[in-house]
Amino acid sequence: MPYIAKINVTLRQSILDVQGKAVDHALKNLGYRSAGSTRIGKYIEVTINEEQRSEAERIANEIAQKLLSNPVMENYSLELEEINS
Amino acid sequence: MSEITVGVVVFPGSNCDHDTQHALASFTGVKPVMLWHNDHDLQGAQAIVLPGGFSYGDYLRAGAIARFSPIMQEVIEFAHKGYPVLGICNGFQVLLESGLLEGALSRNRDKKFLCCQTTIRAVNGSTMFTSLYPEDEVLRIPIAHGEGNYFAPPEVIESLEEHNQVVFKYTDAEGRITDEANPNGSAKNIAGIINRQGNVLGLMPHPERASDKQLGSLDGRGLFESLFLHLAGV
Repeated sequence: MPYIAKINVTLRQSILDVQGKAVDHALKNLGYRSAGSTRIGKYIEVTINEEQRSEAERIANEIAQKLLSNPVMENYSLELEEINS
Repeated sequence: MSEITVGVVVFPGSNCDHDTQHALASFTGVKPVMLWHNDHDLQGAQAIVLPGGFSYGDYLRAGAIARFSPIMQEVIEFAHKGYPVLGICNGFQVLLESGLLEGALSRNRDKKFLCCQTTIRAVNGSTMFTSLYPEDEVLRIPIAHGEGNYFAPPEVIESLEEHNQVVFKYTDAEGRITDEANPNGSAKNIAGIINRQGNVLGLMPHPERASDKQLGSLDGRGLFESLFLHLAGV
């Protein structure tokens, strides 16, 4: 059964998010006084063709750590969903 | 004197590869060879340069995909054996992604892509890449990047400084290391670092763009010359 890994990559809190700052600026210009502290990340979907959920999860974590995120400045979270074909 | 062969890696999206080739070829007795990212052959190079540009369009993160290019396996092995590897701009980003250097480069603090002249100093003039630079000499070398804001956890910065691994810092025209002279927000004004072993250097400024009189500065030549003197065993 194939799985779909849904991975969110976000900048660590200690890293200045200049894209988020630019969006904050636009929000202020639009008059949204209560909205702010925007943080921008990436959302990535990867299909993993494995029979076992545990194996799909292992692979998803491995690629998230190895390629999709840089642990020096980013965190990731992932969800694994079964694809019902 | 025998010829010195220097490999310049060409990734899809590299755009300073020919500038680097041109700068290297301007030195007598130096033969640059271009190394395609999909190859595994370093063609007998005695030193490797990872040039600037936008390898793989900077998709995912700058340098993240180039780091897994086939030739990088050989480059990493070459570096581990102690041979010189120089990463300029995007090449520096690739070295960080590959783990040959510590830390990361995030977006410039003022959100802008910066393409301008900077002044830097070789704060460690005892490396194989900087032996010809006096530590108080102000060098005019340009930058061109959107992600050059050097970051590392405090303990890593501390260790880099303790082991003299910070090689270049951004300075003002008088050589003072000030916050105003820091173009991109890099921790401690860091413009370039070297590995503990002393053979892998990464820097954001472009020495190859300061190696020809017509480009307005010759200050980058000292870096290449230092390296060639080292390779020639002088």
